[in-house]
Amino acid sequence: MHVPDGFIDAPTSVATGAVAAAAVAVSLRGARRELDERTAPLAGLVAAFIFAVQMLNFPVAAGTSGHLLGGALAAILVGPYTGVLCVSVVLLMQGILFADGGLTALGVNITNMAVVTTVVAYALFRPLVKLLPRTRRSVTIASFVAALVSVPASALVFTLMYAVGGTTDVSIGKVAGAMVGVHLLIGIGEAAITALTVGAVIAVRPDLVYGARGLRQRLQLRVNGALVDAPAPDEARDGARTAPVAARTSRRALWISGLVTSLVLAGFVSFYASANPDGLEKVAADHGIDKKAEEHDYADSPLADYGVKDVDDARLSGGLAGVIGVGVTVAAGTGVFWAVRRRRSADDVSPVSTSV
Amino acid sequence: MGAGHAHRLYRHGHSPVHGLPPHTKLAATFAFVVVVVSTPREAMWAFGLYAALLAGVAYHARVPAGFLLKRLLIEVPFVAFAVLMPFVAEGERVEVLGMSLSVSGLWGAWNVLAKGTLGVAASVLLAATTELRELLLGLERLKLPPLLVQIASFMIRYGDVITDEMRRMRIARESRGFEARGVRHWGVLAKSAGALFIRSYERGERVHLAMVSRGYTGAMPVIDEVTASRAQWAHAFTLPLAALVVCLLGWTL
Repeated sequence: MHVPDGFIDAPTSVATGAVAAAAVAVSLRGARRELDERTAPLAGLVAAFIFAVQMLNFPVAAGTSGHLLGGALAAILVGPYTGVLCVSVVLLMQGILFADGGLTALGVNITNMAVVTTVVAYALFRPLVKLLPRTRRSVTIASFVAALVSVPASALVFTLMYAVGGTTDVSIGKVAGAMVGVHLLIGIGEAAITALTVGAVIAVRPDLVYGARGLRQRLQLRVNGALVDAPAPDEARDGARTAPVAARTSRRALWISGLVTSLVLAGFVSFYASANPDGLEKVAADHGIDKKAEEHDYADSPLADYGVKDVDDARLSGGLAGVIGVGVTVAAGTGVFWAVRRRRSADDVSPVSTSV
Repeated sequence: MGAGHAHRLYRHGHSPVHGLPPHTKLAATFAFVVVVVSTPREAMWAFGLYAALLAGVAYHARVPAGFLLKRLLIEVPFVAFAVLMPFVAEGERVEVLGMSLSVSGLWGAWNVLAKGTLGVAASVLLAATTELRELLLGLERLKLPPLLVQIASFMIRYGDVITDEMRRMRIARESRGFEARGVRHWGVLAKSAGALFIRSYERGERVHLAMVSRGYTGAMPVIDEVTASRAQWAHAFTLPLAALVVCLLGWTL
């Protein structure tokens, strides 16, 4: 998805360049907090890692292959700020050294592939990890979802830039359909590989995964066949722990079911709603799935994709936009919620509420 | 792939272009690309002149044409996109060899192809005539934030190490009969990536400790201060200034 020179017109390139510069400045500030004094060496290492991983091509069905964008992976492994920096540096080096992506399109590329992927992925990942039960598996699931959404989101943002400053007048519907269609497939690959990679790292060195820092399990001892929490120095203040935990899990279950329902509604039901406009309500669900699979196969070869009426892809992107919309809304909503709660607990001096 | 990309990009030489200070070359390349991108696409002859200018620089730097052309192959995916454009764009259509093509699509394809190719060629020339370390120094001289420059320099230094590690893992996979053919093999690739991350991160921790124990305090000392004289700036900017003249002609004619 590296954009070459001359693809996006000058004003848009300048504007995206400003956006990218601002994002990098913010990240420079934030990265010091994430990696303390080891910032530069380890961020450089992660950048090299992302660069190497981008060379790891994975086969997407029918002869196409995609490569990882790596934004989601970087955000989860080393944190969002460092992630933005690493992917930006990778893009800068690719532009200067490997001529991959134009120099004047650097702003477009950084905004698209470094900022959007990382921010979208992390904005989805963090709430998901908090909402899901505190296990390793849920980190894997959260990274799957985050990476899955981040790639088409970046494709959508590209389409938006194209709509604003594209140098050719291919219709936006076609560009959106083609970009999102292809990148949905790539996104699935990216999601699977990101999730499995995070899973593999978490299995060996959970301390290296930035996104799973809050996940440390309490030490438990087996006493007479029963598992007992090992006494911790802060046991006293966690004394009345059981009741609020139970309450939280039920609320958590409610949140999860709500989230899943809205995602399903936004993503799949809207897809079917528009996929069968001529009232084929009685068609069995599996027929619908077959049809969808066929459309996916067409979406594979770009030519067929461009040539085939782009209504299918509009539907696809509609459903996807729904999912992304829900994701962003949920992220924003929970973000506000957490900010408010954090504020409240900061006001409260007692250590009990800050430790929650 | 074993030797890493870094060293293959640079072509050792002692030409006048090699000798220019890196930041003048960086600035000149950037200015050239900006000028090329802002040229109107209808002025086809201007792009021919740009190509001639670049060819002049390549001759001056003694970079053989074969090397340059081979490195230009990186552009192929966009060529595919550009070729599709006349078929999908809207507007007035024209018959070419029995196919109905869009006029604006043809112009768009030409636009992307010409400007993209020139941009790629300029970057290839820059990378071929400037050593990596010099390039980073140049970026620092151009007031890129030092943290970014450091990340980039570490990235390049670790790059070969990680690529080697990845190559060893790939050979290990392949010698056990593995070939990534489909979705079922994503798991293996992902586990490789995970193992690669852990191995290289642990290596990075060791390197960092070694650096700290040798007195690293978060910034690399700059030993050789690169400065450019007025003549060197003028020399480097011959290319973008010539391009600017062409561009202005393109707008007025």
